[in-house]
Amino acid sequence: MLRAKDLLGLRETSAEEIHEILNTAELMKVVITSNNKKTPHLQGRSIITVFYENSTRTRMSFELACKYMSGTASNISASTSSVSKGETLIDTARTLDVMGTDVMIMRHPMTGAPHLMARNVKAAVINAGDGINEHPTQGLLDMYTMKERFGGVKGLRVAIVGDARHSRVARSNIYGLTKMGASVVVAGPPTLLPPDLDMLGIDVTDRVDDAVRGADVVMGLRIQLERQKKGLFPTVREYHKYFGLTEDRIAMARPHALVMHPGPVNRGVEISSEVMASPESKIDEQVTNGVAVRMALLFMLTRQKPETGGIHI
Amino acid sequence: MKENKFLIKGGHVVTPEGIKDCGVLVENGKISALAANIEPEGARVINAEGMYVSPGLVDIHCHLREPGYEEKEDIASGTAAAARGGFTSICCMANTNPVNDNAVVTEFIKKKAAMAGPVHVYPIAAITKGLEGEELTEAGELSESGAVGLSDDGRCVKNAQIMRLALCYAKRFGIRIISHPEDMDLVNGGLMNEGYWSTVLGMPGITRAAEESMIARDCLLAEIENTGVHIAHVSTAGGAEIIRAAKKRGVAVTCETTPHYIYATDEWVKTYDTFTKVNPPLRTENDRHAIIEALLDGTIDCIATDHAPHHTDDKNVEYAIAANGISGFETAFAICWTVLVKGGLMTPEELFAKMTSEAANILNLDAGVIGEGRTADIAIISPDEKWTVNPSKFASRGHNSPFGGHELTGVVKCAIAGGEIAHGGDWACG
Repeated sequence: MLRAKDLLGLRETSAEEIHEILNTAELMKVVITSNNKKTPHLQGRSIITVFYENSTRTRMSFELACKYMSGTASNISASTSSVSKGETLIDTARTLDVMGTDVMIMRHPMTGAPHLMARNVKAAVINAGDGINEHPTQGLLDMYTMKERFGGVKGLRVAIVGDARHSRVARSNIYGLTKMGASVVVAGPPTLLPPDLDMLGIDVTDRVDDAVRGADVVMGLRIQLERQKKGLFPTVREYHKYFGLTEDRIAMARPHALVMHPGPVNRGVEISSEVMASPESKIDEQVTNGVAVRMALLFMLTRQKPETGGIHI
Repeated sequence: MKENKFLIKGGHVVTPEGIKDCGVLVENGKISALAANIEPEGARVINAEGMYVSPGLVDIHCHLREPGYEEKEDIASGTAAAARGGFTSICCMANTNPVNDNAVVTEFIKKKAAMAGPVHVYPIAAITKGLEGEELTEAGELSESGAVGLSDDGRCVKNAQIMRLALCYAKRFGIRIISHPEDMDLVNGGLMNEGYWSTVLGMPGITRAAEESMIARDCLLAEIENTGVHIAHVSTAGGAEIIRAAKKRGVAVTCETTPHYIYATDEWVKTYDTFTKVNPPLRTENDRHAIIEALLDGTIDCIATDHAPHHTDDKNVEYAIAANGISGFETAFAICWTVLVKGGLMTPEELFAKMTSEAANILNLDAGVIGEGRTADIAIISPDEKWTVNPSKFASRGHNSPFGGHELTGVVKCAIAGGEIAHGGDWACG
């Protein structure tokens, strides 16, 4: 059972809850990989993806997760909605809420927007990425991928490499992995490391080699190329040289260490094409697992909602 | 209530010579006598047994929003809120619409204030036209029409040469420049103090250097021009330290802090409550202690509210686009009293000085002192009474307070401005 109505971040999700989500996702993965991708878990349920930022995989992943479980999936984007006419977030959220939505999945460029939405709607809200804060379902699918390979997350050494300052993927992974007993090291250029990151109970370094050495999992983060223009790093070329995941660097990790990336990838910047093509790369597997984890979450969040008179499945 | 003669009896009266247990006789808007046993004929008696009778509080930094933003506040609601908070003299910033960058707007504010009630309103005009940071306003004429200071508050004068010229020119007219220290390049889109909590919460941070570098710049410019400058809303340990060092060198710099930097920290942002969004941002516990320390050693001269009322619509949005500011008049005194006096850090006299005479001195206001012959501006304060903040009951139109539900000690029972009761008439007559 999840304690809260919503999933807003892994910062406020307990280890027990994460365990349960990952275990449920295992069952869901069986469905995805079978020839009959249809279960009744979301029958009679309605979800809507509310995206104020572009996304292909996350949005599609949620919509497919819903459809595989027989739910109704709808979507709105900031560009097609009345948002462009100046409607406030709360007004949009309430409008969608009273259309009978059970789960709203939100992506927004501003930190805390899903929290604001969650306070104003009866529906469950899943944060699909808010500003530079969290992307909890990405953190969950990453942990699922590690668990699938190693049998668990506890005791793993996970290196997270790149733009940790602006990465919601990094933040969700840091919260999730530390709760689940993994040891985390974050590496990147000092201009892209936020202050006091080590106070989250992790190691922090500006030397990628030091982070990768001996790691069980090496996770690259997407770097937005516009950050170069703001002076956060001098050139893409230099970024790749000192902070990119190259074959030479990956060779320093434990043998058969997993290589992960949340996508979309800037090939030859944060990760080389050779590393992406290597057997250790789990980037495709992550995408499949994303659907499984989102199925698990949608199921768990709609399973029991006594305060709104929901049906128990 | 208009009374031309009344006696405040039985209170601890806060005077420049210390706290005296005596009566205060008010006649025709002035304090006519301070003595232990006054028994005047025909005077209404206000029983202030066990209370502090303070000079009416003086706030040298607030926003009354009129003209232009009356949905947030107007001069009538703002002065009513001030009176409830014990303030009888307030200085309102120039970021109205139109901006108070000319004598016409200054005179309009004064006229509206005179119609609104007895609280004394002193406009602060802009340093530059339209707050654009480019052309100087007419400091001479503004001063003559009643502006008591010049500030582009809300915006920093980015161009150091313009700031230098403003300091140099204003000196001729004896009007003080108030600096809003904020380097927008360093702010870089940040929304809260940069540090542990911004990292935890995934919020773009604002480095303390954004404030401190501009404090340092303006101290240097004032020093070079051999003039004074007042620094608004100091919020960081480093900012206080720069001012401490400048004062030691003999620079005529003064500064203020606000109740929220004394009471709240960046940890409060953790629910993404937009009522915690204020500029400069709430800082760390370490900064909070350093600000209190700087108040105690005299580095920080006074406490101002930076009362910044907003409409619900300005705050009920994503944190990133929510307006900055706290509606502060009605909690300012109780916060300071609770934290500083009840917390054992300051004596009552010290706090009253920081909220009255020392504030008035910075802008040469004739306010903040109880004495025979002085204007009867008085606040009567119940020192041990506890109350719970309920922003929906504010007299201010701005209910944007992060202190809702907090229990504070110290109640302003009555405020008298120019001999007229501005707040607490029922209590005073009952």
